[in-house]
This record gives sequence, structure tokens and C-alpha cells, in this order.
Amino acid sequence: MARLSIDTLKKVYGDFNAVDNVTIDIADGEFLVLLGPSGCGKTTTLRMVAGFIAPSAGKIAIGERDVTNLPPWKRNCGLVFQSYALFPHMTVAENVAFGLEMRKLSPADRAPRVAEALRLVRLTGFDERYPRQLSGGQQQRVALARALAMQPDVLLLDEPLSNLDAKLRQEVRVEIRDLQRKLGLTTIMVTHDQEEALTMADRLVVMEKGKVRQIGSQRELYEKPADRFVAGFIGRSAFLDGEIAAPGRFRTAGGLEITSTAAKGTGPATLALRPERIAVAGDAAASANRFEARVEHVSYLGALLDVDVKLSGHDRMLLQIPNRQGGVEPKPGETITIGWAEDAGLVYPREP
Amino acid sequence: MSAAARPSLGRLALNGAAGLSLLFILLPLIFVTWLAFFRQEIPSFPPEGYSLKWFAAVPGQKAFVDGFVLSLEVGVLATLIGLVLGVPASLALVRHRIVLGPAVNTLLLLPLVMPGIVLGTSLYVFQIETEIATGWPMLGSLGGLVAAHTLVVVPWVVRLVTASLAGFDRTIEEAAQNLGAGPWTTFWRVTLPSIRSGIVAAGLFGFVTSFGNLEMSLFLVGPGRTTLPIAILQYLEWKIDPTVAAASVIQIVLIGAAMIITDRYVKLSRVV
Repeated sequence: MARLSIDTLKKVYGDFNAVDNVTIDIADGEFLVLLGPSGCGKTTTLRMVAGFIAPSAGKIAIGERDVTNLPPWKRNCGLVFQSYALFPHMTVAENVAFGLEMRKLSPADRAPRVAEALRLVRLTGFDERYPRQLSGGQQQRVALARALAMQPDVLLLDEPLSNLDAKLRQEVRVEIRDLQRKLGLTTIMVTHDQEEALTMADRLVVMEKGKVRQIGSQRELYEKPADRFVAGFIGRSAFLDGEIAAPGRFRTAGGLEITSTAAKGTGPATLALRPERIAVAGDAAASANRFEARVEHVSYLGALLDVDVKLSGHDRMLLQIPNRQGGVEPKPGETITIGWAEDAGLVYPREP
Repeated sequence: MSAAARPSLGRLALNGAAGLSLLFILLPLIFVTWLAFFRQEIPSFPPEGYSLKWFAAVPGQKAFVDGFVLSLEVGVLATLIGLVLGVPASLALVRHRIVLGPAVNTLLLLPLVMPGIVLGTSLYVFQIETEIATGWPMLGSLGGLVAAHTLVVVPWVVRLVTASLAGFDRTIEEAAQNLGAGPWTTFWRVTLPSIRSGIVAAGLFGFVTSFGNLEMSLFLVGPGRTTLPIAILQYLEWKIDPTVAAASVIQIVLIGAAMIITDRYVKLSRVV
């Protein structure tokens, strides 16, 4: 176990910055999730930590050890691949023992550690099976056991749950998290699944276009998204484009005047509102900002209703209304009152 | 009714066509085998009776025995050299962007489609010229013969090994390296076992091709050094008694047995 530091890491392909000055410090025993849309550089970052891609610049250190220029087989990072990558011609026990064999452990020394690793993933008794005789979930656990058996300094998980069905994914999530806590393993997981990231991580790193957009806890990312991208990527946000007219005053493209404590500076900007902060009908009566909105479209989602509304010719936004007994149920074509408090929104300068 | 009958009719036609093709392939083998048991010396129908004496006569034919030993020797050596050259070549072709890669690939497969006579003639000229230029004995030597046979083994190796590499998941190599295996250990412990069936099949087909090669070898054998197919041909120039048929049956049985045994370990139908 050790801390891991990634320092101004960079990977350039031609004139494309796959990973652009990424700096992350991961504490001993921390579970860090790299989250972002596909092509954001999260997997490239993970593969640089594992040693499969040589960085163009920057430094990677595990504990006090600078591993930037070490080959993969000298890094002692346990990697669980998305496809599991089990050795098809070896039994479960041979797969799990492989890392120990490479560390020149005698067969007698290997056996108890293989047994322990298989016990941790609840696969005791599967020693002699071949990977093809196992279900997807079992293969995934063998891959995990194989990585754990060699007692890695850092555990790396590359979208480990994406090949499992939805129900199994829920279970394995909890299992991996419990195991990681119990063993105190410094862990980096890569995923594009927001829910997975939010339930498993101690801390999250949101990446986009090779850059780190924000590092923080779930609460920090949701309540204080650093920019418009994070506000839209973590949870949902309603966006209104416009400009900052004066400190505390935001004017939308359609000319609506909004008071917002977040409006600072000047120039083109975007106001982001979390859907649950927007009140509807009677609840909106006391709001500082109140508008009449025409309902365009309603989607029934069970616990929630997604409602597209138009505030003016240029301003549209998406509301989420709880679907509760006796609550408001807007119909397309109706006009409803919506409103929000002065401190409800966040204002971001328009990105070029 | 007719809707149900139509696909079964199609199936019947398909099975019939498959059966006919199989018969077409097997018929010569069946006849040779049948002939080997005829009692009379001059093959004619119907047989006058049956006998095993022609099988007993095979070991007495020194030319056949020597030919068999030489063919075996050449076949084994050419197969081993062909694998040593062909497996790395396939790895390089599949995994690395090589300058003129597709051209190299075609070149390596060429001996398979080149007529044996053409191959034999050009090698004959090449070996004579080399011998004149360097003074090394080439033509008619074991080395010269093995080198030529290696040429017909390599296409099988390249074809079958590239085919098995194409379906190979490279992340298992990364997994091995992640677990602490260096490049060599990764190759021996992970890559090689994964393409084993392709290699075994390549060895088998390469060997059979070399063992049965007639046209090319005709140009390259020397006095006192004759492969089995040539020994059989030479025998047929003087006699047509069923000893030749018996020798062929022994070959068919040996090769058939090799295929069946191999198939038990690696499914040949999966790679060829």
C-alpha cells in the first residue's frame, strides 16, 4: 500500500493532447475514480500508471518510488482489465498464482496466498476450473483475485463492471468497495458511469478532453461544480444562456432579468440551476425570481416528471418535478409559474 | 405441408452434394487400399483373390525403406526450421507495421501456389550456380533438400499462425506483464500456448506437404539420396505390382493416424 502521485502528466499523439497536464495525488488507501465521457483521457491516464503507455511528459510516483520510466512488470500495480484478460489455458488457481510465480515464490508459499485471494472473492473451490467454465461475474472475481494475490502497491480498475448485467453490477460494486476498504488498498478506477462513480469513490476526478475539470467529493462536485461541463456532467442542470448585466443581476438571451448572488464580473455567461432548486406553482410564490413558463413537453419517469418549459422566445429549460400524490402535473400547452431563490444558481463565464 | 417439405428437400440436396464430393476425394484412396490386397501381380478386375504378401514385400524394397527414412528426416528438419522461421515472421506481420508488410506476406505464401516444377527448376539452377560460385556442395545434399522443403513448409506456418494470431486477445499479454512477467516470459507462458493449435496444425500440414512432395524434389535429389515419393515413381517405371499400393496404404495410415492423434489435442477443424 502506498500513496500515488501523478504530476503534470502529459500524453501527446501528433497534435492531439490525449492527456493534458494531469496532476492528481491519491492518499494511501484512498479510492479515487476517474470519470468522464469516452475519449476524455481517463483510460490513457490509467494505462500510463500501469506502464503500458509511455508519458510524453510528467512524473508518476508510487510511494517514494519514481516509476515513470519503469516497464509494466516492475511496477507492482494490480490491474483489473475491462475484458478481465484471464489466461484461457490456465486454471483459476494458476491464473491467481501467476503473479506470485513471477515473484519467484515456491509452490508451497503460493498455495496459501492463492487460497486467501480466492476466499476474499468468494470463489473457494473453483481452483481447478478454467475461465471458460465460469460466468462473467465469476471471471470478474478471478481477475480481481489475481490482482490482489500479488499484494500490489496500487490497485487499478479499468471499467471493471461494464461487462456485467445491471443487477450483478450493483452487488459487485459493494463487494469491491468493501474489499478495498478492508485491505486498505490505494485504488484508481476508471468509469464513464456516473452512478457507479458516485457510489464507490472517496474522491472523484472529472476529466474532459484530456484535462482535469474538477477533483472533489461527491457533494463538492454536485453542489459546487467548477464549470459548466461539470454542472452538466454530474447530475443534471438547467442552463440559461445570457450575460451578467451588473453584479447580482443576470440577463438571459431572451431578456429575462434574474437576481443571482452568483453573478459576478461582467460579460457573456451561463446560469446553471439544479432541478430540485426550482419551485413550481404554489411553491414558487415566495421565490425571488418568478416567471411564467409555457409547458412544451412532459416525460413520465416514475418518481419524477421531466418537463421542458419555455420562458421566452430564447429561453428554454428542463424541470424535474416530483411525481407525488396531489402534486402539480403540468400538461403541454399550459402555463405554469416557476421560481427559484437568489442563491439557487451558479453562474459560469461563457466558454469559448 | 409443402412449406415444410421444401427446406428438407434443400437439405437433402446439400447432403447429397457433400456426400458426392467426399466420395470423389476418397475414391482413389479406397481403390489403392483395395488394390494393395489383390493376390495377382498385374492389377485387373475382378481380383483373383486376396493376399497380404505385398505388405510383406515393402520392407524388402531397400529403395522404399531408404526413401522413407530420408523423407522422414527431411520432413522433420524442414518442419522444425519452417516453424522457427515462420512463427516469428507471422508475429511480426500481424503485430508490427512493416514496410511492404502485405507484399512480404504474399511472398511468404507464394511457394504454396507456385507449381512444383517451376520451384524445382529455379532451385536447381540456383543451387548449381551457388555451388559453382562458392564450391560448397549444394545440389543433391541433405542440406539443399531440407532448405528447399523449408520453402514449402513456411507458407503453411505463416498462414495458420497468422490466422490464430488474428483472433488473439492481446490484453492477456498485458495482464501477464502487469503481473510481473517480462517480454520473454510473456511470450513463452501466454502468447505461445494461445496460438499452440495453429502451430501444431502448421507443423502437421507442413510435414505432410514436405513428406509428399514429388515435383520439386525430383530436381534436387542426388544419387543414392531419394525421397519416398520418388522411390515409388521410379519403381512404377518398371513394375506395376501392388507393392506400390501397399507402400501407399502404409503412408495413408501413418498420416491419418498423425492427424487423428493431433486432433485429439488441438481441434484441427478450428484452425484450418
